[in-house]
Amino acid sequence: MDINKDLIAASSTPMVLAILAEEDSYGYAILKRVQEASGGRMAWTDGMLYPVLHRLERLGYVKARWGTAESGRKRKYYKITAQGKTQLAEERSQWQAVDATLRGIWQGLVAVLPDVRGVSLPPPGQLLQGV
Amino acid sequence: MGTVNADSAVTQLEELIGGWRNYLNKRQAIHTVDVAELEDHLREQIAALSKAGLAPDEAFLVAVKRIGNLDTLSREFAREHADRLWKQLVLSSSDSAAQQSALRTDAAVAVGLAVAAAAAIKAPALFGLQLDTHAIFYAHNVALFVFPLLAGYFVWKRKLGPRLWLWPAAAFVAAAVFANAYPFKTEGSTEILSVLHAPIALWLAVGIAYAGTRWNQVAGRMDFIRFSGELFIYYVLIALGGGVLTAFMLMMFMAAGVNAEPFFESWLLPCGAMGAVVIAAWLVEAKQGVIENMAPVLARIFTPLFAAVLIVFLGTLLVTGKGIVQREVLIAFDLLLAVVLGLLLYSVSARDSNAPPNIYDVLQVVLVIAALAADAAALWAIAARTSDEFGFTPNRVAALGLNVLLLVHLAWSALLYVGFLRGKGPFARLEKQQTDYLPVYALWAAIVVIVFPPAFGFI
Repeated sequence: MDINKDLIAASSTPMVLAILAEEDSYGYAILKRVQEASGGRMAWTDGMLYPVLHRLERLGYVKARWGTAESGRKRKYYKITAQGKTQLAEERSQWQAVDATLRGIWQGLVAVLPDVRGVSLPPPGQLLQGV
Repeated sequence: MGTVNADSAVTQLEELIGGWRNYLNKRQAIHTVDVAELEDHLREQIAALSKAGLAPDEAFLVAVKRIGNLDTLSREFAREHADRLWKQLVLSSSDSAAQQSALRTDAAVAVGLAVAAAAAIKAPALFGLQLDTHAIFYAHNVALFVFPLLAGYFVWKRKLGPRLWLWPAAAFVAAAVFANAYPFKTEGSTEILSVLHAPIALWLAVGIAYAGTRWNQVAGRMDFIRFSGELFIYYVLIALGGGVLTAFMLMMFMAAGVNAEPFFESWLLPCGAMGAVVIAAWLVEAKQGVIENMAPVLARIFTPLFAAVLIVFLGTLLVTGKGIVQREVLIAFDLLLAVVLGLLLYSVSARDSNAPPNIYDVLQVVLVIAALAADAAALWAIAARTSDEFGFTPNRVAALGLNVLLLVHLAWSALLYVGFLRGKGPFARLEKQQTDYLPVYALWAAIVVIVFPPAFGFI
């Protein structure tokens, strides 16, 4: 099951901010972390992460700096800012509200819905719990 | 054996990545730093895939595919960095460190020379030559305060040897001598003519410094023509900004009960006017290739308009049958021809010489021929009256001489242009003629400065 593009776009900000709240990171590692947390179901086009990171940087949610990777290559690292953390908390409560609303409605519908494979893993909301 | 294969695989991979990087670098919205960031990603991905057992070239293909469609990516970058589609002159973070330090040195030298030009125009005041009491001295030397510094900037920038910079330097020294040593009758015709023509002659000296080793090539001189047009536009823009600054300054100090006008007249205006020349030149140099040339755009807009005005004017002359009645029209027609020449020159400067003739070329020829016809009407009107009152005063000879030069230039251009339209010669011939002819104006200006005053007894 692939998650549709609009949902991916809408969730990219809280997801990237949450991953950076865990620890400072860089593009490739952020993508790996998304893949791992979503069990491979969040199919981001790799390149698209970078415009997102640059937007977050412009908004002041993250700070970027050039450093050196273990391989000796230049690498751009991102770090969440205080403003970014506030934003993350805000987004998180919004997503939780959406999540709770959907759950409330879906509880009554379980019997009518066709079985969709792969819904069981991981439970919704887990992604954002590391904050 | 294994190492040889591994080595060649690494080289091949580096080549692939290099090609990908160049391809990405061509995208305007994706800057070099972003390419570096994406390259780091690509290499990381390739490493991971190789570890999983893929051959380097396979890993490269998969990694590139995962980065995604470059058009979409480039669009995303453009959406995030909308400013990048507007070419920026400022030092951008996309430039490498070496480039940035070169740009900074360049800026520092330009600002230094601008300050020097500002100081140069104030230096005579130390010897009691004030701007308000010795206006004619400043008028004679105005070009000499700033052009040598401008030429110096190009000598520095192009690293010209003495063989090249001796010529402009000699011209500046000669101009200083002729302007200040001649016993002019104060504010007589020859003095005014000398004041007006000296900067034109000296602009050629600046041109030689600008083009450097390329002066004897059509391309080098054409670049100087483009530079001159852009410099003029930038200078006007800076002057407009200076006007706004001055207006605010005068207003604010007036509110505080202080009259800032003396400061403006004796410091801000002269120093600003001199320094701005160097700054404008630096801007034109720095933005070359970054921003579209403005002069050809203006030429394109005004060519049809001027052509229309001239044709209506000629029509009016024919219909009314009055001819040109004003006597002192020659200067006006000199200016008209100069403007038409400017339109022609800047249209030519921006035209792709390999493109086939189009409607705009026809318009260009119509403009030139209409200007020639209007000028002929003016000359005829003057010639008809020569018998009674056209004495050979310095002003009239200077105006007539310039008119003849412009007339020959435009007529010759029209001939070559018509030849090009009829497919009888390449456009490059017209380009060459335009650039070859320009020194003639500087020579004429030099004659007016050097020969006219003694020839007319310094009146």
